[in-house]
Amino acid sequence: MGHTLNAYAPFVGHSAIDELRLLADRLHGWAIRCVNATRVGGGVAEILTRMVPLCHELGVDMRWDVLEGSEPFFRVTKTMHNALHGQQEALTPDARELFLRVSEENLARLQLEGDLFFIHDPQPIAFVQSRRKLGGKWIWRCHIDVSRPQQGAWDFMRPFILQYDAAIFSAPAFAQVLPVRQLLIAPSIDPVSEKNRELAPGEVAEVLRELQIPTDWPIITQVSRFDYLKDPIGVIDAFRLVRRSFKCRLILAGGPASDDPEGSEVLRRVQEEAKRTPEIHVLMLPPNSDRAINALQRASSVVIQKSLREGFGLTVAEALWKSRPVVASAVGGIPLQVKHGYSGLLVRSVEGAARAIAECLQQPEYAAKLGAQGREHVRQNFLLTRHLREYLLAFLTAGSPKDVLEFHDQPPHQPRACTTAL
Amino acid sequence: MEEHAPLTFPRRVHRRATLPFRFYTSLLLQEATGLRAATLPQLVRLLREVPEGCLYYHTRYFLLQHHLADEPMNDFAFWVTKALGERPLGERLAGIDAMQLTLPALRERIIGLIEDYLREQPTAQLRFASEGEEFFFLTAIHVILPTPLTAWTLDEFAEGLERVSLHSIYFHLFDARLKLGCSTNDFTLWLDTEMGEPGLAKRIAELEPYTSTLPALQASLAALVRQRLAEMTANEDDGTHA
Repeated sequence: MGHTLNAYAPFVGHSAIDELRLLADRLHGWAIRCVNATRVGGGVAEILTRMVPLCHELGVDMRWDVLEGSEPFFRVTKTMHNALHGQQEALTPDARELFLRVSEENLARLQLEGDLFFIHDPQPIAFVQSRRKLGGKWIWRCHIDVSRPQQGAWDFMRPFILQYDAAIFSAPAFAQVLPVRQLLIAPSIDPVSEKNRELAPGEVAEVLRELQIPTDWPIITQVSRFDYLKDPIGVIDAFRLVRRSFKCRLILAGGPASDDPEGSEVLRRVQEEAKRTPEIHVLMLPPNSDRAINALQRASSVVIQKSLREGFGLTVAEALWKSRPVVASAVGGIPLQVKHGYSGLLVRSVEGAARAIAECLQQPEYAAKLGAQGREHVRQNFLLTRHLREYLLAFLTAGSPKDVLEFHDQPPHQPRACTTAL
Repeated sequence: MEEHAPLTFPRRVHRRATLPFRFYTSLLLQEATGLRAATLPQLVRLLREVPEGCLYYHTRYFLLQHHLADEPMNDFAFWVTKALGERPLGERLAGIDAMQLTLPALRERIIGLIEDYLREQPTAQLRFASEGEEFFFLTAIHVILPTPLTAWTLDEFAEGLERVSLHSIYFHLFDARLKLGCSTNDFTLWLDTEMGEPGLAKRIAELEPYTSTLPALQASLAALVRQRLAEMTANEDDGTHA
């Protein structure tokens, strides 16, 4: 069940909620249309699931449509995804043709209308080709790490990006030199969601029992899709190094995503690799396993996120919010969340990951301090209300070349700072 | 048994302004330029060409950025220290009083300090930040909105200060002074001209932003106004009993 905005006030204060209302008041009458590639699985769907009802509560007409495609189409978009992450992948002419055709089919099916089209990730990026017909403002939200894109894939994407009013990236390193506005908006977690709410110790224990995870030794957990870019094999290698000195267990937990056809192949490989070590628990969780993920993170002595590339890595923020010590790769948006030695430990190799995990296991007080500071860092920077505020700002400023937008209601006293452009 | 109405005390009404104070808020959206520097020479070259908004962003939003403890007060000092390991230069850059300089003067000051340092320490130009740790030049879009909060009296002003967001405090305290090249802030101006409170106005103008966090500044502002209200009440009581 969704929570109202007031449920967030204990974490961010009433003034933050008041500001959301002020912004939303300026968007009344706008129809905002979001499009992405999946309704469940992954951070994008998760954020939209919460963001849309909150917008409705604020009186903002936001609707969310999902692009549909065949498995060959999602293989193409996965190839594109990997190539934008820098892997050497070739987009064949047939693949490009299929990509554009599915885009047109979806445009015909969805019959979009609105004042602002908010397009997420590469899969529906070509929708912008219809902007002359559909009108409105257009924003492309890129959730992936495009700091070192494979040139061919970027060249294919660039003409589409240039047709948008603005592009939104999650971290400064992802921005490119582009003649369109590039906004920086980090993703967020929802502190009152089933995945992040407080759990009683009994609830955590119950989940572990259900999943048949013994609680005899410290637990190290990575929660992520089964994807080579999340380096699950690297996590197993690091765990085996740690296990030479510490008795501990490893949980690799992930769920399916309808837009990721590689998932089952990676899962098979991970299961094969793990089967000779009984202390490794590979869990393919069904959709809507938020409570289980919450419990697994809370039960962990260390949470790891050893990604090779990462759009942002929301599982890091989730773990930090639960005051868990986090060991994570210094890639993508992770360094924004983990300040090394303050809110977690950043690593760059299997050996580094093993050493950092061991450090946390060996010094529980230090680990607890990292976790506590990590929670405060997330509270200040990565909660849903900040994210929503920045989206509303992006909507409000879309298409404007100005650096300062002033709104007035004929105030009786107008501060001087409002009277001159910055 | 006779029932008594609950005792009520009329709220003291101090001086009422002719023009009330309207609380505004200024919300900020980060914008990337796509420009990045990995070395000090690159940083200097880009510093010469980036828009003033970048200088503003990197030197004056430290209070809004929730920087972690022990970080210097501007992004240039932070990067030079953390990414390049040039601590002496970092200290010099951290010593810049960005609040007191115009943006063109600030640009020249930063460039001058780096160039002087490179002359003293030529090997510093060989230092480079690893990938992902470069200096990314950012700027910001500002959206300025009126809040529903308006103060006609000192009481209402104190309540407003306690209720508004940190963005609002920042806007009235710093944006007015810095962006318009004024020597004061919105709060001070209103207290002085509308409320006839030059002493309180001066105390607020003297608040030191570098040694405090924004939540602490907000608390200090409200406390100063509450203290003045208490003084006024005490003075009135003294007058009554005298």
